[in-house]
Amino acid sequence: MKRLLSVVFLLLVGLYPLMTLAAEPVFSASDMPWDDGTAILLKWELDPKMDSLSLQKADSLGVFHEFFNEFSTQGQHVDTSLEIGDSYKYRLISYNSATGDSSVFTGSATTKAQWFDMNKLSLLIMLSLVCAAILYYIYLGRKGKDLFIRRISGLDSMDEAIGRATEKGKPILFVPGLSDLGDIQTIAALNILSPLAQKSAEYGTELLVPCRSSMVMSAARETVKEAYMKAGRPDAYREENIFYLSDDQFGFVAGVDGIMLREQPAANFFLGAFWAESLILTETGFGTGAIQTAGTGQPHQLPFFVVSCDYTLIGEELYAASAYISRDPQQLGSLKGHDFGKLLVIILVLAGVVAEILGWGWFKHFFEGGS
Amino acid sequence: MKMPERTVIERRIVFLVLVLAVMLPMLFPLGLKTQSTPLTQKVYDLIESVPAGAPVIISFDYDPSVITEIQPMALALIEHAWQKGHKVIATAMWPQGPQMADMAFNDVKEKLKSQNPDAKLPQYGEDYVNLGYKPGGLVTIQGMGRNMKAIFPSDITGKKYEEISLLEKVRSLKDIRYVISLSAGDPGLRDWIMTAKGKFNVPVAGGTTAVSTPGFLPYVSDQDQLHGLLGGLKSAAEYELLMGYEGSASRGMNPQSVAHILILLLILFGNIRAARKRKMDKLALEANNG
Amino acid sequence: MKRNVPLVVAFISGLVILIGGFIPREPFPSIESTLIDWFMIISGFAILLGQASLLHLNITRVKNKMPNWPYYLSGLISFALMLIVGLLWGMEQTPGLLGQGEGVVKFLGAKPFDYLFTNAFIPLSATMFSLLAFYIASAAYRAFIIRTFESNLLMITAVIVMLGRTSFAQLLTGWIPDKFSFLRLPELTNFIMEYPNTAAQRAILISAALGIVGASLRIILGIERSYLGGGK
Repeated sequence: MKRLLSVVFLLLVGLYPLMTLAAEPVFSASDMPWDDGTAILLKWELDPKMDSLSLQKADSLGVFHEFFNEFSTQGQHVDTSLEIGDSYKYRLISYNSATGDSSVFTGSATTKAQWFDMNKLSLLIMLSLVCAAILYYIYLGRKGKDLFIRRISGLDSMDEAIGRATEKGKPILFVPGLSDLGDIQTIAALNILSPLAQKSAEYGTELLVPCRSSMVMSAARETVKEAYMKAGRPDAYREENIFYLSDDQFGFVAGVDGIMLREQPAANFFLGAFWAESLILTETGFGTGAIQTAGTGQPHQLPFFVVSCDYTLIGEELYAASAYISRDPQQLGSLKGHDFGKLLVIILVLAGVVAEILGWGWFKHFFEGGS
Repeated sequence: MKMPERTVIERRIVFLVLVLAVMLPMLFPLGLKTQSTPLTQKVYDLIESVPAGAPVIISFDYDPSVITEIQPMALALIEHAWQKGHKVIATAMWPQGPQMADMAFNDVKEKLKSQNPDAKLPQYGEDYVNLGYKPGGLVTIQGMGRNMKAIFPSDITGKKYEEISLLEKVRSLKDIRYVISLSAGDPGLRDWIMTAKGKFNVPVAGGTTAVSTPGFLPYVSDQDQLHGLLGGLKSAAEYELLMGYEGSASRGMNPQSVAHILILLLILFGNIRAARKRKMDKLALEANNG
Repeated sequence: MKRNVPLVVAFISGLVILIGGFIPREPFPSIESTLIDWFMIISGFAILLGQASLLHLNITRVKNKMPNWPYYLSGLISFALMLIVGLLWGMEQTPGLLGQGEGVVKFLGAKPFDYLFTNAFIPLSATMFSLLAFYIASAAYRAFIIRTFESNLLMITAVIVMLGRTSFAQLLTGWIPDKFSFLRLPELTNFIMEYPNTAAQRAILISAALGIVGASLRIILGIERSYLGGGK
């Protein structure tokens, strides 16, 4: 026992200089990991007595120029917009303005582009799993397997809404959201517009589609035209019924409200991306007595839709609409893939909670990604 | 089927009462005080932590329809940034954004001048610049992350990017110390979070209308995807409180508070009416059944 | 051919952007940058397309003297007026074809474009947004009825949050001692917004994000073709 204690004591004495050495100020320059090769990461740990610094880079003639001087005892800075494969020399000078003491550190690094951003590994794994699941279920759907999907009453009600409009001799109003064609919600809305337009063509009911964006207007016109042709009623197609109103959010809303009050559509469909104007649209529609179906991927607008519409598609139901209406096995298969994705997320959330409780920080760190 | 006439009349009474509930506190202020919340404090701390001379972006991604809620935030943030010596770069993802920016800069300058006529006011091109509107949203921000000059070759006065002294050291978004997006919809704050923070790791804070705020709360986490959030008029009033003055947002909290109480009362009356109707229907059913 | 070319373009550009998100090395950043520039150019042209559609629609309705045609005429006049004054004298510090218009500024107090923007456009926009307040009031009166346990819970939460977001919150519960500060309305409101609300928002966001992944994959692989104009 005594021998063991003396060995430990000697080790500590021997290691002490190393430990104090490890606390010495340091400065390092290294290639920024997982980037396109245009950045260098500079890290420093200074003597706490210092109160200012100057970070300098050498130019092609070897002359150092300052490019950063925000002081921190322990910090880092990323030098960006560099050339790939070039070598750069740096100098860090730290000062104590009261005593005039200074320390100089130098370092150099060569930029290198990486093939893969390891910070996004977790994202790649999850994306691969979800996509693989979607493709697997699409394959199953193609093979003829019966894939169950629960009822979405908002979409079942489409026939009822079109029927009511036909009975009353009033038009149907379809607003494909206020976002541009780059938003998936708008694409989802146009997917629903297609069968809706086909049905209204079959019943001979007028369809009005005001658009906030001209690109959406072009896509909507193509969609409706194709639908009318499929229904065998190309003569009934009216290009002027699908029109651009205004890019301005509330200018568009004022226009749509005006249409609802003048034309008195019997059925309103508000599907796509909506913001603060959602309640203005749906309350005006409620006032005209129309049957209203709404759906958006924006969670904070859903309560307004639920309160003033007869049917609401909540979040993912909007994206499922195309598959639900067409009953295409491939599209139904992709919906099952979404469900797998949700199961994966639930498992990861539970696993993450357990890992945090047990103090396994690596689990959360792996999924955090980022720099 | 159109709404029954009784419902139409009730609606109009509700509207009239709301007008009075908003108008009267504006004419006769109640003197109510607000207090700061952690989300507002986080935005304040972000600006406080950045040293003088740092280039920052305030993106005016809104139009005049939300001017009452968001413009007070803009005024308070610009004043704070100038107080800290930050160089403010105004951009806009909405077409009317540049005008909102100019209005805000001019209003703050006038306020500073009225407080101290001899003080040196912020100079255009040195302390702030308005780069104007660019369509494209997320795509534009990605472009800014590579090369700001390519996206904004000149400012709204037509002056070339390289001639503006403030922008001398700003090559891309990576040179920006923080971005605050004042956003009323899309494109806006979400695009800044996904691109500026997600891709280029630039701290992002936001100001939105109250109705959009719940949707952005998931981003305010320990990962700092969003470094604080100003949600609606109340947050604007909180920021004014932190800045030590009472502006239009603080004054606006009087009618807003009264209107909230009115809506709660309307909910109560609505429930009383619904309960009475259910009771009468039940009695009628019992009478019919004998 | 008409349908296949867009499908191939969608597949290639989707795949390149997807891969470019994971590979930081050239040429992916350059390709992404080029596609970004192309998108911005198309967006710019799309604005013109919208204006053309707007003008065509309004002119047709005025020409054919359709019902309410004076309103369409006033829309055209407003469009033309803003365009002309903006072109001639510019806005704010941006000069127009006739320079900065010092004479007009002296007469109106601001450039005509700015004058109309500040005195017409801003009040009109703000008025449209304020309609929301009235509709929220009428929707609250009509639709927030307690029928079930869940709606009861919703009502209690709504009362706490609505009161907590006003200046009355401090007045009503400011007297509660620090030991029980979590019972004060502002603290309760912050708790509800930061925990249950955020959890629910995250759940909807996650499922919507999965929907976006699925929809995007279908578009990239050409399974989803509705955006091209109906059907397969």
